[in-house]
Amino acid sequence: MPKLPRVYVTRNIPKPGLDLLREECEVEVWDSDDAIPKDELLKHVPGIDGLLCMLTDRIDKEVLEAAGPQLKCVGTMSVGYEHIDVEECKSREIRVSNTPNVSTDSVSELTVALLLLTSRRLLEGVDAVKQGAWGKWKPMWLCGMEMVHRTIGILGLGRIGYGVARRLKPFGVSKIIYHDVCKVSYADDVGAEFVPFDQLVAESDVICICCNLTPQTKHKFNMVTFKKMKKHAILINSGRGGVVHHDDLFDALTSGEIGAAGLDVTEPEPLPASHPLVSLHNCIILPHMGSNTIDSRNSMAETAAKNILACFSNKDAIGDVIVYR
Amino acid sequence: MSRPRVYVTRKVPGEGLDLLKEKCTVSMWDSDEPVPKEELLNQVKGVHAIFCTISDRIDAAVLNAAGSNLKIVATMSVGRDHISVQECESRDIYVANTPDVASDSAADLTVALLLMTTRRLVEGLEAVRAGEWGPWKPAWICGMELMNKTVGIFGFGRVGFGVARRLRPFGVSDILYNDPYEAGHAKGLAKYVSFDELLSKSDVLCICCAVTPQTIGMFNKKTFQKMKKTSFLINTARGAIVNHDDLYDALKNGDIGAAGLDVTTPEPLRSDHPLIKLNNCIILPHMGTNTVEARHSMSVNTAKNIIAMLGLD
Repeated sequence: MPKLPRVYVTRNIPKPGLDLLREECEVEVWDSDDAIPKDELLKHVPGIDGLLCMLTDRIDKEVLEAAGPQLKCVGTMSVGYEHIDVEECKSREIRVSNTPNVSTDSVSELTVALLLLTSRRLLEGVDAVKQGAWGKWKPMWLCGMEMVHRTIGILGLGRIGYGVARRLKPFGVSKIIYHDVCKVSYADDVGAEFVPFDQLVAESDVICICCNLTPQTKHKFNMVTFKKMKKHAILINSGRGGVVHHDDLFDALTSGEIGAAGLDVTEPEPLPASHPLVSLHNCIILPHMGSNTIDSRNSMAETAAKNILACFSNKDAIGDVIVYR
Repeated sequence: MSRPRVYVTRKVPGEGLDLLKEKCTVSMWDSDEPVPKEELLNQVKGVHAIFCTISDRIDAAVLNAAGSNLKIVATMSVGRDHISVQECESRDIYVANTPDVASDSAADLTVALLLMTTRRLVEGLEAVRAGEWGPWKPAWICGMELMNKTVGIFGFGRVGFGVARRLRPFGVSDILYNDPYEAGHAKGLAKYVSFDELLSKSDVLCICCAVTPQTIGMFNKKTFQKMKKTSFLINTARGAIVNHDDLYDALKNGDIGAAGLDVTTPEPLRSDHPLIKLNNCIILPHMGTNTVEARHSMSVNTAKNIIAMLGLD
């Protein structure tokens, strides 16, 4: 009977992924919710054929050496793969794979949730209840912004930005404008109008950052940008923390240059509780929850497992980063 | 003929007051806090109209104190449960409210609260503030995505309709509703089902109905046991529709997954109430219409109701 390929999984990942692997492989798992320490990883990889890792695992030359020349593939359960030494893998002809696309709906949904949380001042409400500051109903207490008749601006109308636009339409927003590296054909489906960046910034009541972090977008939202925004404007970032200059944001929020901000991504991550932005009542910070759904994580686990199985059967993976022909 | 007299029970947004002042003599409790009962009984003597809020109990005592000039009690709200409507009707006093103008704000808030609850955002927010945001973990604070889920709406009025419209592009597979009657405006948007089917099939159930003798305490231990153990209950209607003790038990025992409440009994809820301590219960301090736009519209429309009823338009 042919030997089953050996796979090491560096975390207790969702069961759907493990089940898929166990059908065709001999699987060993670091049975914890927390990241595997480096020395443990080095102990468990010798002789394996496939490695399923997380974005917290640095897969470098040391790990690949310890595994041995029979290692065929490294699959990460994430979209990003900065933690994998891709060049070193190439030199050993090790396939590398990731899990793109499966979390788009979760992130679009979270972006809208964060927008509403911020515009309606809901965290101040939750706090008031817990701290005993909820008194009798008052006409103007904790009043926020209604979505009807507002102009929404989206920076980056990719899959996530488009998903955000689709979800915001029935809230009665009067206009959706966007800026991107180029116009996109599907903008018409949501009635989104392409505008120059300065116009996006000047006209929007709410701006959603839904773009990648690139040299063009790094710190694009800085004091110069904030000064051009409306004073009541709300900034939402579920793209990457590096698009926003955090010190300038703090100044803008405290001096009234913009109204409020809701961030799901920060620079750095995690953001320490002592960071000045955390204590501002008009800055809402979530700990990168864009794809924190059971559905997304199950999909990511399954996709990562399928990527590994595809390598063993010489097929294309869903998320091939490098492949050899 | 002398100008009609109106008593306004709170400092309300100016646009409504300005409208009234054009045609009436207006006296007002000039405070952000509710008017004390004694003061209210004193000030309403002989008035033709009372402009009130949900904090004011307008009962037989108040109506008697006002006397025979009183033609209209106009509340700056949609709910009328703080007013003894039968007492008013028996005295030929019209009870006016402000439907429509705040429906969008309320529907927005309902969806916001729904997402906060299904995506466990309060746990995330508090983790950041407590310094508990650590290195990435696959299963840390994972919530539920709306894609392919079933949403149930109890009460398909203006707010229920608005909620259904907003949820459609989130990829929900089915929107179900229950109401005393099928609603024409639900066609193509939501499917009419029995109350029991709504309970057993919904992944998220939104209470969007009025509080009436039929709906008081309708969500109780028996109801929760018919719901999915993973389900989310959202209430932005009135607190009295949900039995709070039974809800606490259901959340603690896992009969339902989590709850998001914008309305409670009583309001405000004391900060040591058991529901507030639960991780799977999010409570907002009745923020359904808390937008500047809605509050101004509510004030203006209350004034217009009074002006119309007194024949001044």
